[in-house]
Amino acid sequence: MKEHRSLRLIIPEIVAVILFLLFLFPFFIVVINSAKTPFEITQSPLTFPSDWGKIPANMYTIWTSVNVQYSSSFLSSVIITVSSLVLLNILSSQAAWVLVRTKTRLSTGIFITFVAAMVIPFQIVMFPLLSWFREIYTLTGVRLLRSYLGIVLAYIGFGMSQSIFLFHGFIKSIPLELEEAATIDGCRPAQIFYRIIFPILRPIHATVLVLNGIWIWNDYLLPLLVLGKGNKVMTIPLAVSNFAGAYVKQWDLILTAILMAMIPIVIFFLVAQRSIIKGMVAGSIK
Amino acid sequence: MRKAQHRPIFWLFLAPVLLAFALVIVIPFILGAYYSFTNWSATARAGDTLRLIGLANYAGILKDPSFTFSFIITVVYTVFNMVVINVVSFGLAMLVTRKLKGRNVYRAGFFIPNLIGGIILGYIWQFVFNNAIPSAGLALGLQSWANPANLLLAQSDTALLAMVLVGTWQYAGYVMVIYVAAIETIPQELIEAAHIDGASAWRQLRAVTLPMIRQAFTVTIFLTLVNSFKQFDVNVSLTAGGPSVIFAGRPIYGTQLLAMNIYNQGLKSDDMAGGQARAVVFFLVLVIVSIIQVSINKRREVEL
Repeated sequence: MKEHRSLRLIIPEIVAVILFLLFLFPFFIVVINSAKTPFEITQSPLTFPSDWGKIPANMYTIWTSVNVQYSSSFLSSVIITVSSLVLLNILSSQAAWVLVRTKTRLSTGIFITFVAAMVIPFQIVMFPLLSWFREIYTLTGVRLLRSYLGIVLAYIGFGMSQSIFLFHGFIKSIPLELEEAATIDGCRPAQIFYRIIFPILRPIHATVLVLNGIWIWNDYLLPLLVLGKGNKVMTIPLAVSNFAGAYVKQWDLILTAILMAMIPIVIFFLVAQRSIIKGMVAGSIK
Repeated sequence: MRKAQHRPIFWLFLAPVLLAFALVIVIPFILGAYYSFTNWSATARAGDTLRLIGLANYAGILKDPSFTFSFIITVVYTVFNMVVINVVSFGLAMLVTRKLKGRNVYRAGFFIPNLIGGIILGYIWQFVFNNAIPSAGLALGLQSWANPANLLLAQSDTALLAMVLVGTWQYAGYVMVIYVAAIETIPQELIEAAHIDGASAWRQLRAVTLPMIRQAFTVTIFLTLVNSFKQFDVNVSLTAGGPSVIFAGRPIYGTQLLAMNIYNQGLKSDDMAGGQARAVVFFLVLVIVSIIQVSINKRREVEL
């Protein structure tokens, strides 16, 4: 019986392996071609490189390229992603908490407005957002275009609705008695939230981090508009497209830039695979 | 806080998100709606040159073959993409929920493209389609694969197909894990009962698996519909809107999806008002899709 069973699983196993290799094939192409010269790459894009030592050389070219500015782009991507995520988690969870615990028409109305706003695509606000940010600068002197402040503000604005929605759903299921006991003990509302509720929200924090983290790290259109091209502050996706635009068809270097852009994500995925998949699933179903 | 009044903490905790919401969503949204009825452009930004021109921008959309064409191919792309992604993802989910030795490795492998930005994925596939595939053709003795005119990205219809291929590769792993999560909640007894009753694999799929994961289908169908409809990044890096085609007697971009059409109209043609009016139409389509989704979910709740 057992042997029969394992035999029946051989074909699916082979199919899975083939599909797995097919899925990873494009990445394989990237790796082998990052170690080639321009001549080699046009002659034989499918063979192994003659000299793997070309990879560090190509990487060095990308590292020092003015179009990529790898180290500074990487740092900008980290600054933008991390500060947006930290603020999104804190601000959305505390907002969701007061929205759940305040049972008034206004409170419900605000929540429904946030939920409805999830339908709004970036396209309908992108042009006015630019002119409006420019307007804010002339009125107040606060620079929102081409600045960290502006792009983080934009990510909070576009990410908050879904985040509040996710926190809201979870907080509803937390029994009120927990907070009442703390009130009797003399805790103030803000303390109740940060000491008691905030730690309980851990699974939702993970979901919000993963969903928004993948989106913000990889986003292209919003940084393209808010940060602009040829700015000091550049994210990794902007840097790669900037390089690909400047070095048209220099595939050895474009693919090396792509490889270098993917390495941090792949490492991160291998480390946090379980929470990433769990977070993505939880976020999609709600 | 159960009394119907707002304590200071209510406003204190809400203030930051309300501020961000107003600055980033509400004000630009209202401004955008207004601008779509004006002659707004980079030169007529504000002040005395900006004036209302009624429905002229919307009338302009109707007369613009490039928008009509974009709209048609976006719908075609969206439907194809949705169907192909869901079929592939469901197949993958059925595969990796069996007791295979490497199932966790396969899951991770199928999922990985989803973590990498569309802009990067598009460049990778541009190289695959334009360089790797012709080279493979030569190695196999198929000269026609290497003919520049036969490349997938050389014709607008096959280039759209190539975008579906890349879109599927990008999203299949993500949609797969949603199906996997749903399949794993099916009680084992149900499957065993079907087994004891002698149900064939096909019958088991139709009578047990599919009905049990119906909710997952609603989620994945709308998720893939909306994401495909908004596709921009892969479009930019894979085809950049090309190659051109003749439509309604004019040469236009052959693979320019709506999101790119809006972007180009506003920034490349310096017609922000026209781009904005296009964005309003784009938004209304998404609103209709969402209303359908909400009503389907409501109906389901009643059934339960």
